[in-house]
Amino acid sequence: MGRITLDKVTKSFGDVNVIPPLDLTINDGEFVVFVGPSGCGKSTLLRLIAGLEDVSSGQIRIDGDDATNLPPAKRKLAMVFQSYALYPHMSVRKNIAFPMKMAGVPEDEQKRRIEGAAKALNLTDYLDRRPGQLSGGQRQRVAIGRAIVREPSAFLFDEPLSNLDAALRVNMRLEISELHNQLKTTMIYVTHDQVEAMTMADKIVVLRAGHIEQVGSPLELYREPRNKFVAGFIGSPKMNFIEGPVAAQQGAHTIGIRPEHITASATDGMWSGVVGVAEHLGSDTFLHIHETGLAETMTVRVNGEFNLRHGDKVFLTPEMDKLHKFDAKGLRI
Amino acid sequence: MATQHSRSAARLMMAPAVMLLLGWMLVPLIMTLYFSFKKYLPMRGGDLGWVGFENYARFVTSSAFWPSVYTTLVIVGGVLLITVVLGVFLAVLLNQPMWGQGVVRILVIAPFFVMPTVSALVWKNMFMDPNYGLLAYLWEFFGAEPVEWLSKASMTSIITIVSWQWLPFATLILLTAIQSLDSEQLEAAEMDGASAPKRFAYITLPHLGRAITVVILIQTIFLLSIFAEIFVTTGGAFGTNTLSYLIFQRVLESQNVGLGSAGGVYAIILANIVAIFLMRIVGKNLDA
Amino acid sequence: MARAVTTQRKIINTAAAWAVGLAIFFPILWTILTSFKTEAQAIADPPLFLGFDWTLENYSVVMERSDYAKYLWNSIIIAGGSTLLGIIIAVPAAWSMAFVPSKRTKDILMWMLSTKMLPAVGVLYPIYLLFIKLGILDSKIGLVIVLMLINLPIIVWMLYTYFKEIPGEILEAARMDGATLKEEVIYILTPMAIPGIASTILLNVILAWNEAFWTLNLTAAKAAPLTAFIASYSSPEGLFYAKLSAASTMAIAPILILGWFSQKQLVSGLTFGAVK
Repeated sequence: MGRITLDKVTKSFGDVNVIPPLDLTINDGEFVVFVGPSGCGKSTLLRLIAGLEDVSSGQIRIDGDDATNLPPAKRKLAMVFQSYALYPHMSVRKNIAFPMKMAGVPEDEQKRRIEGAAKALNLTDYLDRRPGQLSGGQRQRVAIGRAIVREPSAFLFDEPLSNLDAALRVNMRLEISELHNQLKTTMIYVTHDQVEAMTMADKIVVLRAGHIEQVGSPLELYREPRNKFVAGFIGSPKMNFIEGPVAAQQGAHTIGIRPEHITASATDGMWSGVVGVAEHLGSDTFLHIHETGLAETMTVRVNGEFNLRHGDKVFLTPEMDKLHKFDAKGLRI
Repeated sequence: MATQHSRSAARLMMAPAVMLLLGWMLVPLIMTLYFSFKKYLPMRGGDLGWVGFENYARFVTSSAFWPSVYTTLVIVGGVLLITVVLGVFLAVLLNQPMWGQGVVRILVIAPFFVMPTVSALVWKNMFMDPNYGLLAYLWEFFGAEPVEWLSKASMTSIITIVSWQWLPFATLILLTAIQSLDSEQLEAAEMDGASAPKRFAYITLPHLGRAITVVILIQTIFLLSIFAEIFVTTGGAFGTNTLSYLIFQRVLESQNVGLGSAGGVYAIILANIVAIFLMRIVGKNLDA
Repeated sequence: MARAVTTQRKIINTAAAWAVGLAIFFPILWTILTSFKTEAQAIADPPLFLGFDWTLENYSVVMERSDYAKYLWNSIIIAGGSTLLGIIIAVPAAWSMAFVPSKRTKDILMWMLSTKMLPAVGVLYPIYLLFIKLGILDSKIGLVIVLMLINLPIIVWMLYTYFKEIPGEILEAARMDGATLKEEVIYILTPMAIPGIASTILLNVILAWNEAFWTLNLTAAKAAPLTAFIASYSSPEGLFYAKLSAASTMAIAPILILGWFSQKQLVSGLTFGAVK
């Protein structure tokens, strides 16, 4: 259950090719995150899997069966939309019951599943309210509830947390991960937020302009990015990239070093610069350093107690074994 | 959202509406064109053969033509002027804080919902009748001779009646447009030192520009074919023959179908010109 | 404006607005009042405003002698029938244009609107002839068809606008939830679109009820609706102001009430959304 394969799938809208031939395998029970900048095709890919869009060519297989031409209803997938897409004229109970009604599930079974889902999602008190009377987080949970009761082969999430405020987002992230641990069903999750990707995924698919740039576990992508794009996309703040003679010295066109892999000192180090903006988060401080001669700005993470300020001179030393090397085409050396 | 399956379903669902309107548009149009090239007098011999563009020429050279153009321009222009100017004034007024705004709105909008035949006859008889009408009474009250509205001031009368009917439309639209004006813009202007009249002239009025254009265009299209008001009051007499009423007379009253059809074609061309401008604005809005 | 408005200003506004409003409404008010007067009182000099003997005789005379019921019935059938027919044809069209738009959708919509710009007088004779040939001149069904055709663009347009306001994602969710097209329409689309459909029906009933070109020219004794009935008062005999008022009041009352409910739709419907 829940094994999905994309075989040379392409998608064009009119003359515009959005997804060039793409191959991908999602294993049963995996939590896969599609991540990438706006317009990279991640939502389109999700919708192709859901059946809300037709592929232009290629095949989609669900559990070995060719699902390419199946309408969404027949694919046994459940989707949670960015805007939750709850039926405004129905109560929470009816919303959650709807897919079961469509599938002809007997009433008592419906009742059982609704109560189960409501309990798991803390919705029992809200079953008779209408979506308009709920908060964002509650609506989100109703959307998830509606998906759960379908007992699908896989859950599809389309940027479900973008409409929530920051604090709620953190909570919901945990809840969704918990859900995955409980249900063990395949989940495909689309987001532009790499933090969500890193914290929730078993496997991340990084997309750019319809291309898969890399597929791997979060730590794989963090430690061994295959190209500059992935290296710069994963990890916050962004990796520092240095070109020119310093890179050539290392035998590469570009070298990259993450802010957390540079030590800063007021007294000595391999490189030097002047502190620009210092962002204090309390536990950490991020220094944006200019006039290094390496790149326009270098970002360095230092301990929150570190006491340099705007205009101070600072010395930087990178951890040499954490250096990433890229060739002229941006590929990892 | 669009899959192959839904696209063909969609085309099927549009078909009845599209076919019907296509038929509605083409069939009578083609017939009118057909008749316009013939001499066709149903009461006096019927189909009398092809006459090329003779009907077109005769129509514009007939002695009734230019007066009807003049009449049309005066009536349409007059109604437009009154409804837009008063409409703006009313829209601004209704937008002010007051008590009972909802009720006033209904009062102002009411005339639009009155059947044209009713409004025309009510005005004709109960207001404009030189013997028993209210206006006559009012004139006499001030010591003046009552005006014979429909015979002596016929165009003014028609303009009055039609303006009364269409003022609500203009007001509603302009009111909606004014209400959509972001109050922050006006506040910013105030911070920039603009006085109330200046704010009206530089911010409100330009914002209304688009709404006014829409009002003018839509009203023009409908006003070009005013019918009932003329039909039940003057019947086209006393110089109130508009172009479209003239065509009506040619076709149904004097039963010169060929001539009337040629006139009809002129009317269609005229309406289309106005429509092109309107469609451009509507089209811009469809993208929004 | 986020400041306190002086009460004095509010009083002036209110007085001015009410004055103007009442002035505009006056002809209607006068008509209603006159309908309750005797004919003699209707032409009294000086005019009687409220101080007259209220009577219902005009109403009964109009209703009995002129077969008012027939005209009323015709108006109801024609306005209701044409609107209903229009809705049936327009709902699928508007649905497809709103939810499965193609490159041509906008053009088709605009073309539909443009058919409304056709001057009726330009196609009067062919329609007249056609109706005679088909035997539907002076018939309710003939008028239902014509009025449906002239209002169809507006009905499609308004439904399109309302359908567009339904978030596409909700329908997609329904599809993901296993709903077939039919189920989607019944359980999700229609309930959400009902207010919009109601507004559209309201506005179009009003437009059809008041239509005064085709109803005057294509009907005679049998199918004439209220518009034509009132028009017959243009060449009356004897004193008739009070009767005219009674007939008029009865003819316009239903629409005045309906119109009250449909102001917003009026704007968007009639300006084809060019002004929001």
